[in-house]
Amino acid sequence: VNPLERRRRRVAIEAVMVCIVVLLMVQMWLLTATLEAYLAGHRDPAGPAFAFSLVLAAIAGTLYLLVGRLDRASGPTERPQGGSGPWMMGNEPR
Amino acid sequence: MTDKPDTPVWREEFSVQAPEDAYVLRRQFTKFLVLTSLGMACGNGWIWMRSLLAREAPAYPEQAIGRVSEIAAGSVKLFSYPGPNDPCILLRRPDGSLAAFSQKCTHLSCAVYYAAARDRLECPCHEGYFSPADGRVLQGPPPRPLPRIALRIDGDEVFAVGVEEGAAS
Repeated sequence: VNPLERRRRRVAIEAVMVCIVVLLMVQMWLLTATLEAYLAGHRDPAGPAFAFSLVLAAIAGTLYLLVGRLDRASGPTERPQGGSGPWMMGNEPR
Repeated sequence: MTDKPDTPVWREEFSVQAPEDAYVLRRQFTKFLVLTSLGMACGNGWIWMRSLLAREAPAYPEQAIGRVSEIAAGSVKLFSYPGPNDPCILLRRPDGSLAAFSQKCTHLSCAVYYAAARDRLECPCHEGYFSPADGRVLQGPPPRPLPRIALRIDGDEVFAVGVEEGAAS
């Protein structure tokens, strides 16, 4: 993988990570607030909160799938070949 | 021979490619975050299911908890209601009125006690104070009032007849 492609991948995965972390924080707040409301005897917010949390999880999943698509588009990750150390035993001698 | 003559020998011999590994680690961590997100949604789903199941108000039993004459002004009587693992406190305020509440603090479930001198229910763990009139939070970290036990007084006998969950403060 050339350095430019590697950099592109890394920026993409880090951007997706930040987005998912933000979504996760919203979900944490939502879960806490819904639980507080439930324990206080307010049952009505539970349904909309569940629907909204599902939407946020779906967005997070979609973002993750986008990273997979980016990976497939840019080809497989190269692994090092050759070498003479014991960890590379079995490779063709150069 | 190698295709990249500029690459140092140690780099060719070393089997770990740090940038690629860092990428894979980030990707695995992102996967973990997505699974956590799904877990949060499941948590919300669990609360929703509980809410659906709890739509109908539960029927509480009527239970005799003591006599008015045996509780002096400023004193309390402990009992369990509606189950044996639900500790409650029946208190008689200085003005003679009776009130009963769940004894579990709504913060972290420590047992609250009645401070007659200050006429308030106090939680010793984090200094949460509740009003003995209606159970509302007067001070401290508790997020909700104490659940109030509905009472029925028949002559000298005091009965617990239900639980009223407190609304958010």
